[in-house]
Amino acid sequence: MALGFLSRLKQGLSRSTQKLTEGLGAALTRRKLDDAALAELEDVLVAADLGPAVAGRVIASFRRSRFGDEVTQAEVRQALAGEIASILQPVARPMLLDPARRPHVVLVVGVNGTGKTTTIGKLALHYMAEGKRPVLVAGDTFRAAAVEQLQVWGERTGAPVISGPPNADAAGLAFDALTRAAVEDADVLLIDTAGRLHNKSALMEELQKIIRVLRKKDPAAPHSVLLVLDATTGQNAVQQVRVFKELVEVTGLVVTKLDGSARGGIVVALAEAFGLPIHAVGVGEQAGDLRPFDAGEFASGLVGQV
Amino acid sequence: MFDALSDKFTGIFDGLRRRGALSEGDVTEALREVRLAMLDADVALPVVKDFVARVRERAIGAEVLSAVSPGQQVAKIVNDALVEALGGAGAVPLNLAAVPPVPILMVGLQGSGKTTTSGKLALRLTSREKRRVLLASLDTQRPAAQLQLAQLAERAGVASLPIVAGQSPVQIARRAMEAGRREGFDVVILDTAGRLSIDQALMNEVREIREATSPVETLLVVDAMTGQDAVQTAQAFNDALGVTGIVLTRMDGDARGGAALSMRHVTGAPIKFSGSGEKIDALEEFHPERVAGRILGLGDIAGLVERASETIDQDEAEKLARRMMRGQFTLEDYAAQLRQISKMGSISSILGMLPGMGQMKQKIEDANIDTTVFKRQQAIICSMTMKERRAPEIIKASRKKRIAAGSGTSVQEINKLLKQFDDMATMMKRMGKLGQKGLMRQGIGALMPRGMGQQRPRGY
Repeated sequence: MALGFLSRLKQGLSRSTQKLTEGLGAALTRRKLDDAALAELEDVLVAADLGPAVAGRVIASFRRSRFGDEVTQAEVRQALAGEIASILQPVARPMLLDPARRPHVVLVVGVNGTGKTTTIGKLALHYMAEGKRPVLVAGDTFRAAAVEQLQVWGERTGAPVISGPPNADAAGLAFDALTRAAVEDADVLLIDTAGRLHNKSALMEELQKIIRVLRKKDPAAPHSVLLVLDATTGQNAVQQVRVFKELVEVTGLVVTKLDGSARGGIVVALAEAFGLPIHAVGVGEQAGDLRPFDAGEFASGLVGQV
Repeated sequence: MFDALSDKFTGIFDGLRRRGALSEGDVTEALREVRLAMLDADVALPVVKDFVARVRERAIGAEVLSAVSPGQQVAKIVNDALVEALGGAGAVPLNLAAVPPVPILMVGLQGSGKTTTSGKLALRLTSREKRRVLLASLDTQRPAAQLQLAQLAERAGVASLPIVAGQSPVQIARRAMEAGRREGFDVVILDTAGRLSIDQALMNEVREIREATSPVETLLVVDAMTGQDAVQTAQAFNDALGVTGIVLTRMDGDARGGAALSMRHVTGAPIKFSGSGEKIDALEEFHPERVAGRILGLGDIAGLVERASETIDQDEAEKLARRMMRGQFTLEDYAAQLRQISKMGSISSILGMLPGMGQMKQKIEDANIDTTVFKRQQAIICSMTMKERRAPEIIKASRKKRIAAGSGTSVQEINKLLKQFDDMATMMKRMGKLGQKGLMRQGIGALMPRGMGQQRPRGY
């Protein structure tokens, strides 16, 4: 399984960074690192969704150390990977469950369509495989068939799913679920929520209410608040993280859909701006496609040193 | 959603406006800013380059340097180029000119909003164009996706194809078209599973679906928050399927909208609709010229008027306008207005449509104004007597106490409301003096009390 996982991740990452790799190849084939070359390199980084600011800083540090050198593609890639890995290293931290918490409460939040429910399904499988007892809460009572979607994941993984009637109050449901999970001595309670745009204050207040109500039962809950981010998202991800972090105290990120053509460069910008741990990355639709985030591997993949 | 971008543009052109004459260096400087702003807004790099080159070509030279107001001239050139990049003036309607049932194929990445958009589109075609629509989900990948569409169809009051377990997407597509023919539907909307453009097996599958059904429209559904990757996705789907239109979803978010600018440029397909909310009727025609105006901070007056005319009671509005012009505006009228405004949506979404209000809007959002203030103000007015509503100047301390108790508010809030009402009356007098022409020339800012644009608005 370990082998399959590595190759799968590499496959996913290399696909997602193919364009960047091609771009780099075109940008620098042993030539003088002059203003024009640096400008091209900056363009390549921007096109990888690193964002103009981060791309600008990487180029600035390049300029200081290497300006005027004759450089090869490999050198550029190595230096770039090093630069990116050093930004990502501090945030590559897995989500640790506190065994003293019975259960450890995980609230999963994010904008619509980022993959919250799928991520919960994958997490459930992961915990089941570790011999833990996860309980899933179908807290998306708004979207059509969201409850059923999580129930299918419950069947697939064998984890119990707690749900309420359509349009039920998500906070009340979360409270009942926490009560039940505590009685049943579950290890981890994974609470799904409806997708919501961060600029809709009423919907964000609803999330805050879930947290408030959970705290009536356990003042330390939720012990983790996971923000699920779509890797195809551009610079708006920065705003998403900022608002969710401020309003619901996000403790870590999961980045999904890294198996596509999206290059995931936004991750670098997020690490710089917030330093929030990136707990896992999603690299496919199957239950096993949730992987720990590895800074070195990601950086190498990003610049094509797989 | 384009606020951040329009804020930036507003800043850039403010810089230009302050100068009398414009040098070539100024144009270069402004365009560098335009380039950065667009990159920040997730506009795809090739599109940015092309855009900036086009504007530079037009801007540098006599055209601008000899213009009476160079800043305005550059703003106009940027605006024109933006409209072009967004697909030219006017919305492109859906093509339904074919023998019914007309198949519409919905494709896109996972989580872009295909199923929700399918439901919205079905409702729109049913209610506005009086078509009989059949919804069919070909998504056998994601758990409960078919059920999701069935539930959406029920909410929209539209027919959906009965779910048969174990069928392949191509089989479902054939069955949908068969049912469409047999039961006399005008349109069959085929909602497909989300797929990555690099997933060959799934791309082949959707090609088969296309061959089996020959869709008249193949709509690519794209999240407006998408980054640089939007271009790759659109290109791949276009190469594989021949996209005939694009639907941009989550336009009600605060993404800067680069995807919108890139799409037409890269695929050649027009953006036909934009999704702007979670309600099933939140699907609008995409108007490039309006969105470009919004980007440049010129406002989306046309959109505001359209939304207003859909939600506002015409007779009541005319009555209100007449009273306003005659200076007979009372608290009763204000309450009526509050009711109508709350029907139109959030304050910030309305403000975003007004010219020159981009910065105000940001400030209002920053100030975190409690949007329930409208409701409370309505409650306050409802707690007044008819006499008080018509002549608010009679409301003194004792009446205020009574009204506060009656409406569950405080005397301070009543003072604020009365002050606000007073300001409004002043504003209306100015509007009368300014007339229609003045309003168009100076924008809504001309109506604001001096300094209001710079001030942090007081919280309520």
